[in-house]
Amino acid sequence: MKEGSNKKIGEPIISVRGLTKTYGKLDVLRGIDEDIREGEQVAIIGPSGSGKSTFLRCLNCMEDPTSGSIIFEGVDIADRRVNINTHREHIGMVFQQFNLFNNKKVIDNITLAPIYVGKRNLRRAKLKNALRTIANLFRKNKKELIPITKTKKEIVLEARERAMELLRRIGLEEKATVYPSTLSGGQKQRIAIVRALAMNPKVILFDEPTSALDPEMVGEVLDLMRALANEGMTMVIVTHEMGFAREAADRILFIDEGQIKEQGTPAEVFDNPKNPRLQEFLSKVL
Amino acid sequence: MSVKENLFKRIGKAIGRFFKKHWIDLTVLACVIPPIVLLFDYIYDKFRFAKKIKIFYDQFIVNQGYERLLEGLKNTALIAVVGLMIGIVIGTVIAVIRVIRPTNRVIKYAHNIVGAYVALFRGTPIVVQLLVGYFLLLPIMKVQMDPVAACITIFGLNSGAYISEIMRGGINSVDPGQLEAARAVGMPYSTSMLKIVVPQAIKNILPTLGNEFIALVKETAVVGYVGAVDITTTFQYLASNSYEYMVPYLVMAIIYMVIVAVIAALVKLMERMLAKSERRQ
Ligand SMILES: Nc1ncnc2c1ncn2[C@@H]1O[C@H](COP(=O)(O)OP(=O)(O)OP(=O)(O)O)[C@@H](O)[C@H]1O
Ligand SMILES: [Mg+2]
Repeated sequence: MKEGSNKKIGEPIISVRGLTKTYGKLDVLRGIDEDIREGEQVAIIGPSGSGKSTFLRCLNCMEDPTSGSIIFEGVDIADRRVNINTHREHIGMVFQQFNLFNNKKVIDNITLAPIYVGKRNLRRAKLKNALRTIANLFRKNKKELIPITKTKKEIVLEARERAMELLRRIGLEEKATVYPSTLSGGQKQRIAIVRALAMNPKVILFDEPTSALDPEMVGEVLDLMRALANEGMTMVIVTHEMGFAREAADRILFIDEGQIKEQGTPAEVFDNPKNPRLQEFLSKVL
Repeated sequence: MSVKENLFKRIGKAIGRFFKKHWIDLTVLACVIPPIVLLFDYIYDKFRFAKKIKIFYDQFIVNQGYERLLEGLKNTALIAVVGLMIGIVIGTVIAVIRVIRPTNRVIKYAHNIVGAYVALFRGTPIVVQLLVGYFLLLPIMKVQMDPVAACITIFGLNSGAYISEIMRGGINSVDPGQLEAARAVGMPYSTSMLKIVVPQAIKNILPTLGNEFIALVKETAVVGYVGAVDITTTFQYLASNSYEYMVPYLVMAIIYMVIVAVIAALVKLMERMLAKSERRQ
């Protein structure tokens, strides 16, 4: 834990057990066990092609694990029978290439998922209530209906309000109605982060969020990430920014050849590396 | 005074420039126009055009052939436009199915089914599909259908097969990161495709879809095989009614050409507007 911060690190949110991933004959991940705890920031470092992205993408099952389990909020989301979509709502993801929706204005980029989820939940509640009303006709002790508090319109308005609030936070509210292609890389990435925030995620996964940026724009994105970290957002960050990893992360994972070869606090990993591969890696990048 | 002089000078210079630039074209025109005029004159005399045009005029105006033509135009437009819209819907669904990675058996079956559908409709002439559909399948299913409605259906099914291939290319041209981002926020595959990927794909393929529409308009000329009244059958009727073929068929060709030219111009315009909006973004 960083000195001077008063944040708490809580229970594991994501528990990875025996995770492996193979593409054809290529073993990319070879048995990973790891817990991501509430409120902590974990940085993942390692050589190119070592499986960092693959590991991160397994955490929200963008890649289906070959074996092992990913326990998120007590549910094994690696199990193909669970509805992955309802779990992904709570796991934000930020990409190297930003991936803002090109056909949507900035504000719609941010509100798309909240509105979709809000309306879907409303639809589900209404359907359930209808079924319950019918079933209640034949029941002695009537079951209560799910309270419906918001209309569709209110869901949309609320999502827009929240999106504007988030845009104000990053100082881009005047960009609400433009298309992403008019934005700079730094602006795009900050909006991509805000898009993830709009879902109130339990954890956000970052895959090299600053690698596609011009050097002068790296700072603004890292500043936003630092601010999130200080608010206690749980974050898993694949990064080549060793300075940022050292200063902002609680824990560093060193992945090499599909395994976590070493892990610890930034001080332990950067100043006192034990694994020879880590020593070699650090001598190259530092 | 000097302003006027200046103006004359400038006009004179402009004319000079024009001749300098276009003297080859002008010479060619001067050589080509007289023979063409002579040729037309000869044809006009030889084929007794005046009389033929009179016959056509009688058929068309006096005997109210134009009413039939209006109906024919309406049906051609109806079959082409509604057929295209059905085709876009079917083509999109097929393309979206075809780009799913076949990770399980259900998807593989779906691939086979839509693959067979595309092969069937691309592998047989549209006339054959019309004949089989109208005279074979409809009676077997004991369905009474107006010929125009049957044509719309079959043209829709047919263009669906072609558009699915165009749409597949369009979908593949969209950055895969777009689908990833949509899936990552928790939207299901179908919603992600419909809200994010397909709109971008359609934008990419709009010009190609325009050409598909032109092809469709021209193909509708065969609907007479199942008794639908369109532009072609109208002129066939006018021609065989008067035993006078030349003028009706020439007029028919010109009408198709004008229709196609208008659509092609619209497609061009659309392309230019898209390019502009791209630049502005
Ligand atoms: N979809 C895929 N199909 C086949 N092989 C893949 C696929 N995705 C990744 N790989 C392979 O898996 C290995 C690990 O890839 P991964 O992207 O996880 O590496 P990384 O540690 O993120 O590297 P980098 O630092 O370059 O981003 C690489 O050898 C890569 O070629
Ligand atoms: Mg990577």
